Amino acid sequence: MIEARGLTKRYGDTLAVDDLTFAVQPGRVTGFLGPNGAGKSTTMRIVLGLDHPTAGEVLIAGKHYRELERPLHTVGALLDAKWVHPNRSARSHLRWMARANKLPYKRVDEVLELVGLASVAGKRAGGFSLGMAQRLGIAGALLGDPEVLLFDEPVNGLDPEGILWIRQFMQRLASEGRTVFVSSHLLSEMALTATDLLVIGRGRLISQTSTQDFVEQASEATVRVRSRELDKLGALMTERGWATRPDGADVLVVSGKTTDEVGELAGEAQIVLHELATQRGSLEEAFIQMTGHDVEFRSEIAELVGAPVAQGATP
Amino acid sequence: MTLLAVERIKLVSTRSPWWCAGIALLITLGFTALFVANSDDLAVTVGSTQFAFNLGMIIIMVMAALAITTEYRFSTIKTTFQAAPNRTAVLAAKAAVVALAAGVVGEITAFATYGLARLMKPAADLGLDNPAEWRQVAGIGLIYFFAAILALGVGILVRQSAAAISILLVYTLLVENLIVLIPTVGEQIQKWMPFTAANHFATAGIPAPVEGQGPPLLDLPYGPWGGLAYFAAISVAILVAGIVVTNRRDA
Repeated sequence: MIEARGLTKRYGDTLAVDDLTFAVQPGRVTGFLGPNGAGKSTTMRIVLGLDHPTAGEVLIAGKHYRELERPLHTVGALLDAKWVHPNRSARSHLRWMARANKLPYKRVDEVLELVGLASVAGKRAGGFSLGMAQRLGIAGALLGDPEVLLFDEPVNGLDPEGILWIRQFMQRLASEGRTVFVSSHLLSEMALTATDLLVIGRGRLISQTSTQDFVEQASEATVRVRSRELDKLGALMTERGWATRPDGADVLVVSGKTTDEVGELAGEAQIVLHELATQRGSLEEAFIQMTGHDVEFRSEIAELVGAPVAQGATP
Repeated sequence: MTLLAVERIKLVSTRSPWWCAGIALLITLGFTALFVANSDDLAVTVGSTQFAFNLGMIIIMVMAALAITTEYRFSTIKTTFQAAPNRTAVLAAKAAVVALAAGVVGEITAFATYGLARLMKPAADLGLDNPAEWRQVAGIGLIYFFAAILALGVGILVRQSAAAISILLVYTLLVENLIVLIPTVGEQIQKWMPFTAANHFATAGIPAPVEGQGPPLLDLPYGPWGGLAYFAAISVAILVAGIVVTNRRDA
């Protein structure tokens, strides 16, 4: 269980993390989704007590990271596979970590076995491929058999085999009842790995929902309608509580309704339609809309999470 | 205790500390051999067998600075603080381990150069007959010990290998010697420079080989042990500054 309250991190003039409040539940994989530079890594570093938040706090299993007696027993993390001294062997790297948390050296060999690095344990970590380095990082995260696990972009740069391995590994860890918090900038990857999603853009929380809901809403079919009498039609729809959103001067996008319903409504009111069509956005499009544009994303989110747009939205 | 073991593993599981220790030993032995071979028996005293200790000390300071700057370079400092969030304890343990290693290297080089001189000049008066002569040889380890703490402190503050090493080299090799060029106050300032104090601890009581020759001795307001205490205080102060800063900033 990870709980963040009002988390804020400011670097000079830029606000990297802006008043984030969220909770990550045990027993499932929670995806931490946002474009590059959205503040994911900063948030994870704050969770681990590496960076000091400007405001707010994070609790892991009810405690601040710095209060954890032997932190690797509670939290395991892989933020960057390159955080290893290149001239130190994989075994030595894990040994000092184990020693710092009073773990037996036997455990080092166990985790090396677990991630499939037992045969190269004595080799310099600097000579490892990215996939091997990633496995070494995961071995480090698993050392203390922790209940909370954090992974920052774990599949970045991996080959398909490595991606599949990590994906299954994270799901297995979650099925053992652990809290698994994994960041990514790839929605399609998260759709396959995570049960829950925490979406951020420019340091702000955009949504916290289950992946299934998010994907359904993100790729929800909408109806595009074009007419000269859009004001009249829009007013009728608003009366009925339909969610609408203008798209240019004479186009209205209606969500949650079919073309049949829109067509019949227009027919009853004797409004001439120039265009009536169903449209379905891709996951990536929805994601970019949600996270990419500071000005636009508010209305997009409202639509995507199913909330009706404010009345004055029609042109 | 746990953190001491952690830092010991880190120090000995990479090659550069071993290289630094080996080079420090070889370079001091080499220059001592050159000096002894070119001197007559009378000129070789207990104190003069240690004349090259500065060279080894500088290399050991590089080792100490690298012990922390490589952690920043490879970001293992983040892994370290993740495994042990008490940064003060981590850095104190690192200082203890690095300084102890430096002290051991210092003693080994000191007695190795002394032993070499005895082998090369059996006729010279090289008995360790009084406390001053013991201090001149065995004291080298203490200087290495505190010099390592100072270098580690500088490394913690600047975090970059090149910057830390440049600062240490330029300071020890140039600044302390050139400060005397400042008119009127230069000489006063030099008396309170840390390595001048350390040098006083190592060399006080060494008679000039030939009367009236050699560098002029500074008239220092402290004795040899006072010099060491002063040097130690400065070193520890720099380390403490480094620890305070590390606790405040992001890893």
